Amino acid sequence: MKSAVITFPGSNCDRDMDVALKKFGFNNKMVWHQDVELPKSDLVVLPGGFSYGDYLRCGSMASKSKIMQSVINFANSGGMVMGICNGFQILVETGLVPGVLLRNKYLEFICRNVFVKINNKNNGYFKNIINDVLELHIAHNEGNYFCTNDQLKEIEDNAQVAINYCDPEGKIEETFNPNGSIKNIAGIFNKEKNVLGMMPHPERMIDPYLSGEDGSYFFKNLINNLK
Amino acid sequence: MKISVIITLKKDVLDPQGKVIHQALDGMGFNDVNEVRQGKYFEIDTKETDPQKAKNKVEEMCKKLLANLVIENYKIIDAQ
Repeated sequence: MKSAVITFPGSNCDRDMDVALKKFGFNNKMVWHQDVELPKSDLVVLPGGFSYGDYLRCGSMASKSKIMQSVINFANSGGMVMGICNGFQILVETGLVPGVLLRNKYLEFICRNVFVKINNKNNGYFKNIINDVLELHIAHNEGNYFCTNDQLKEIEDNAQVAINYCDPEGKIEETFNPNGSIKNIAGIFNKEKNVLGMMPHPERMIDPYLSGEDGSYFFKNLINNLK
Repeated sequence: MKISVIITLKKDVLDPQGKVIHQALDGMGFNDVNEVRQGKYFEIDTKETDPQKAKNKVEEMCKKLLANLVIENYKIIDAQ
């Protein structure tokens, strides 16, 4: 399976993502933001970081990068595009997924492990995964998911909520909401479910000695789904 | 020609920075403040000399890049 990770100026999780994808069998290529064409890929990843120093709004400058037109075309033709953290912020700025990510409710940069409940398994990302709850890592200043009431209704009607912040048992309550996101939303899909944006970093949870293995379950499942 | 744009958060969008600034003002003795909302200000110097055309162009910039219309409003305040 072929994957591509886009590096923007200020990306800092691009190499972690490269390591994770390769560890679970992807033939991964790094792609520079000024490139125009994507290599032939089964999965394109927009990694975490601080693209363009978060100028204007997080992800806004990167969303206008040269490579992004190819990424948007790839997504619109059904290709799988996953945005993690800053990648999620870039996705909302392109309009590939609805809503925006605001400054965290209590103005803190949050860097810790969280639990997320998988809300929808009827898609290429979570199909066949045995876990209902994953322990993943978040590190962000702008992860407070927001959308209009009309958008929220549409998102829920189309089952576009991918994951919600929860407790270790999967209980979704405001107490377990780290950043003020509407309905504890940690990740969402586009309507067709081939584009996924999420704040937590699965690539940081692929080694039991360093962190945990819940990211491993995610990647192992993802590559099997793509085969 | 110079055009100025102000971007503000929409009414229903939480503005924690504005809230903190409000609290700080309160602590400094400015007790009569009802609310503070923080925004952004841009000055755009354009080659266009026709004020209407320049405004239209800046409006397009606002919609495509300067503002995120899910959460923000823009206001073109003057052309000179």
